[in-house]
Amino acid sequence: MSIDLKTIKHIAKLSRISIDEKKAKELEKDLNSIFEFIEALNKVDTKKVDPLTSIAETSLKLRGDEVKTKNIREQILKNSPDENKDFFVVPKVVE
Amino acid sequence: MSDIINLTLSVLIDKIKKKELSSQEITSAYIARAEKSKDLNTYITTDFENAIEKAKKFDEKGNFDYKLPGVPLAVKDLFCTNNLKTTAGSKILSNFIPSYESTVTQHLWDEGAILLGKLNCDEFAMGSSNETSFFGNVESPVGKKVVPGGSSGGSASALAAKLTPATIGTDTGGSIRQPASFTGTVGLKPTYGSCSRYGIVAFASSLDQAGPMTQDVSDAALMLDVISKYDTKDSTSVNFKRGDYFKSLSSNIKGKKIGIPKEYRVDGMPKEIESLWQDGITLLKKLGAKIIDISLPHTKYALPAYYIVAPAEASSNLARYDGVKYGYRSEGENLISMYENTRSEGFGDEVKRRIMIGTYVLSSGYYDAYYLKAQKIRRLIKNDFDEAYKSVDALLTPSTPSSAFKIGDKTDDPVSMYLNDIFTVPVNLSGLPAISIPAGKDKNNYPLGLQLIGKAFEEQNLLNISYSMEKELNFKNNLQDWWIE
Repeated sequence: MSIDLKTIKHIAKLSRISIDEKKAKELEKDLNSIFEFIEALNKVDTKKVDPLTSIAETSLKLRGDEVKTKNIREQILKNSPDENKDFFVVPKVVE
Repeated sequence: MSDIINLTLSVLIDKIKKKELSSQEITSAYIARAEKSKDLNTYITTDFENAIEKAKKFDEKGNFDYKLPGVPLAVKDLFCTNNLKTTAGSKILSNFIPSYESTVTQHLWDEGAILLGKLNCDEFAMGSSNETSFFGNVESPVGKKVVPGGSSGGSASALAAKLTPATIGTDTGGSIRQPASFTGTVGLKPTYGSCSRYGIVAFASSLDQAGPMTQDVSDAALMLDVISKYDTKDSTSVNFKRGDYFKSLSSNIKGKKIGIPKEYRVDGMPKEIESLWQDGITLLKKLGAKIIDISLPHTKYALPAYYIVAPAEASSNLARYDGVKYGYRSEGENLISMYENTRSEGFGDEVKRRIMIGTYVLSSGYYDAYYLKAQKIRRLIKNDFDEAYKSVDALLTPSTPSSAFKIGDKTDDPVSMYLNDIFTVPVNLSGLPAISIPAGKDKNNYPLGLQLIGKAFEEQNLLNISYSMEKELNFKNNLQDWWIE
């Protein structure tokens, strides 16, 4: 199978990565060569195999839902790309 | 001063404890050498002033019972360090200053170590040559314009060039072992669940594992003692009884059963790798080990399965980089275009490729054909190892299918770059521990490594076998310091 340019643009959209026509064509070439390599897996019969979803294969431990850190508002906002001390700011989303 | 930088970590610690050397002397020696080694581009961020300050404090009133008393260390820039920039080699995190510390680096400081700075790596640890970093290529001290391997390339290069006495890296598909092999150093990937993933910039969560990169096997055991601890902050951390790795080192491996997997004899493998492997087998026999030929029939499917599983996990882990709460932000006319522009400008080509692969294999209609299939293959690969371990204690393979290559040699073809990890990836898919030790050199005098793969949580066994081999191999890098300004 091969991945066409339209699909590449669709995946880019789903990935929230903007790409131009030139980049899309590069990715088409790269992804097709990678998937050609991946297609080798189709030769293996896995009908009776259970997927390995986790190496430990134990259920995750539960813990109490407790507050461990408090009053770290400043720390959290410190890395915000927008110069606003009180909130995270994004482009307007409601008219 | 040149004497200091030639000491291994364990000898250095011994000299500090005996007060033959001060933390300040050692720290200054490594800083002075780093200042003259800028051409290698190993550091992304240095913290030298603070390091000197901390060394001074340690000499005044430090605890000499610590495991790493006053020892300066540089670490891969994938570990979050409180109040010190952590970039993961990416433009998107180029201004990120964490307000917390990764668990494994915290363990280092808790045992008296002093942070020198943060070492270059492939962007989000995605690469095998340290050529995907936003902060530029790293050069290996083994040769001009030679790659140090990746993704822990800055760590490997800094260690081999003696800019840090030891370091830690992370290994998702070979990112500790392959650069260790390329630079003539020791790299250990512990069993999945041994070292906490808390505070490590995530790449592929079911595969990522931190581990030591050191000058010799004893140092690796020592570092493992410090960083392998159960951590409730990592839900996949395993609470098993850890050994006293350094103290328990033994070079007696008489009667150990070592498996040689025939599937690792791949087409087109250079003769020198083949004979390196053969010499390793001969050495193990001489040391009293029993060699057993075994088969891991699904080996050839490991790399294709990895290139589904790792990008799939990466695409969801990297969804958090959207320019809102931290990191680089680009402008856009609305929220969606802000996201798209931020990610397009903030990520490099290899990271974008992997996000796209991951998004595709997880997208509606393709999940069963790719992701589920890969997880089933992963089971078969793990079953192969389980079967082998019924008759052997560990496996011996080459670490890489070739020695180090030149910068730019493989950047045009992603698949040829991926093939570098052919011998290291099956281990990550199965969660097993493995170590790469320097074992010889190629015709260009570039180092070659051998890999030992162990049973889950049996790091001691792995360390002992490599310890006994190391004594006999007596590998020396003998670098000529050509990069020193």
